[in-house]
Amino acid sequence: MGGYLEVAGARVSYGELEVLKGVDLSVAKGEFVALLGSSGCGKTTLLRTIAGFHTPSHGAIRIDGRDVTREPPDRRGMALVFQSYALWPHMTVDQNIGYGLKIRRVGAGAAAARIAEVRALLGLDALGRRKPGELSGGQRQRVALGRALAINPDILLLDEPLSNLDARIRLTVRHEISALQRRLGITAVHVTHDREEAMVMADRIVILNGGEIAQVGTPQQVYNQPASDFVAAFMGAENVIDLDVLAGGETLIVAEGPHNRRAALSRQGRDLASGSAMARFRSEAISLVDARGSDGEPGPGVLQLEGVVGQVSYPGGLWRHVIHLGERTVMVDAEHCFEAGTAVHLRIRDDRLYLFPRS
Amino acid sequence: MTLNDLKWIPRGLCLGLLAFAIFGPLTNLVLWAVTERWYFPHALPLEYGFTYWAKVFSPRGNATVSLLTSVMIACLTVVVSVGLAIPAGYALARLKLPLRGVILLLLLIPQAFPNLPVYVNIARIFYQFGLNGTILGVVLVHVTHGLVYAVWIATAAFSAVDGELEEAARSIGASAMRTFVDVTLPIAAPGLLASSIFVFLESLDEFTGTYFVGAPDVSTLPLLLYTAGSGGNYQIASITALVLLVPSIAFMFVIEKFLRADVLSKVGR
Repeated sequence: MGGYLEVAGARVSYGELEVLKGVDLSVAKGEFVALLGSSGCGKTTLLRTIAGFHTPSHGAIRIDGRDVTREPPDRRGMALVFQSYALWPHMTVDQNIGYGLKIRRVGAGAAAARIAEVRALLGLDALGRRKPGELSGGQRQRVALGRALAINPDILLLDEPLSNLDARIRLTVRHEISALQRRLGITAVHVTHDREEAMVMADRIVILNGGEIAQVGTPQQVYNQPASDFVAAFMGAENVIDLDVLAGGETLIVAEGPHNRRAALSRQGRDLASGSAMARFRSEAISLVDARGSDGEPGPGVLQLEGVVGQVSYPGGLWRHVIHLGERTVMVDAEHCFEAGTAVHLRIRDDRLYLFPRS
Repeated sequence: MTLNDLKWIPRGLCLGLLAFAIFGPLTNLVLWAVTERWYFPHALPLEYGFTYWAKVFSPRGNATVSLLTSVMIACLTVVVSVGLAIPAGYALARLKLPLRGVILLLLLIPQAFPNLPVYVNIARIFYQFGLNGTILGVVLVHVTHGLVYAVWIATAAFSAVDGELEEAARSIGASAMRTFVDVTLPIAAPGLLASSIFVFLESLDEFTGTYFVGAPDVSTLPLLLYTAGSGGNYQIASITALVLLVPSIAFMFVIEKFLRADVLSKVGR
């Protein structure tokens, strides 16, 4: 049967424009899934489709095997936390949190107890009688979360709820939300464009690109084994170089190029044919050595590039070098500073090198 | 004494003229309301007193009845107009009709024609249905007028309610109707209150339509004012006018207090 929440082949269009081009997604009960992508990739549309604010033209949404594709939002047992928080300005904090209970005709005593419980859970104890207009951004965010949690939703949907918070508060709220989600065992779908936020909070990350799913996996999988060039770039492997690869059995032979030595790399499950390839790597995944002091041989399973330092800066922690490889430039972080103009060798271990066929 | 020191003179004169233009007629009105005897060539009344007030509000005077009729008609007009404007304004604000602007403009068109022929025709049509001289007939005439304001302002008031506030209610289990009652309506209430006030005042002041459809069976304050004024009875006319001013001024304060700028800025969008 698959997951608790299932999206099957969902297509959603705004007029002529198809925003979701057939999305399949399965979320297990109690799982925290992050929908990650840049703006316009369809992540919010997917969330709103799950919530019931868009009806897919094709495909289905199922909760626990029940088809809810045509059900209105109020019959889906979900709660959506909005980016804007969407608190009702004419109600107090308590009334906002208690509204879902009022709808469910929970008795006054039980409702008051539940509201107090949610308030305590979120540290809103002293604020019950305030109106949203009198709260800070962080407090509003917690009221919005409390309003959703008060009804014990089957599925909690979060639409970039942290993006309007100060950077420092955001870091703590991240942990608070994921700790809360784990403690309460709620199934959650979280939309974000912040890679680190998704990595820290989610059990599984869904990367969306142009209305399609680019990759689904645990944070470690999408970070260390990107399935495509797009995912590798999105997950921070911004450096890109061209290589000529000869594929054979368990090894990939990289032909000697204008800026790289010949190297034998292990295949490690990469689906790659012989020919021109793109290689991506992160700026911190490289060891940088001075070309003069280099012993020449990088060792097995290591690709060596040869370039010249163009610029050095210190963003904190590591030195950031801009290195010219002919016309290409790459960024390399190193513990030691290499002055501009130094000829250097860049050594990349093959498990940190992402290879994709040149399209 | 330099030329600069004299600069206040033209400004002072302008302000003085403006003040006279605004307060002159009002002063005259107030004077007439408390006059017992005043005739040419005297600049001020010869005798002051309140006997005409007593006359206007005596059980035999028509003012009390007219006042009650006026207020009743105005209230009914508000109920009908706003009752129609709430669904109409909500639809116009929410459904993103491509023709929204056109519809709002079309609503204005009846106001573009001269009042008189319109009301004469209405009177002729109402006559066939026996609506002439009835409260219902007068209310309907006032509604044709008040609905325009009501729909325009209600559309603005509903446009000012963020759609996500409604979605937030839907997502935690409120039906569409419940959401409207619990979230949309309370947030739009100040705007709707303003539209009721406009409609109420318009109805209270309305003369032409009432005259053609209602007179002589239905007598409102403006009709009484007209009769008194054309009969040369300036005291009664002034007192009636002052009575008509009271709700207008009272509601101006209410509007000032309740109508938020963000609602006003959405009128006609």
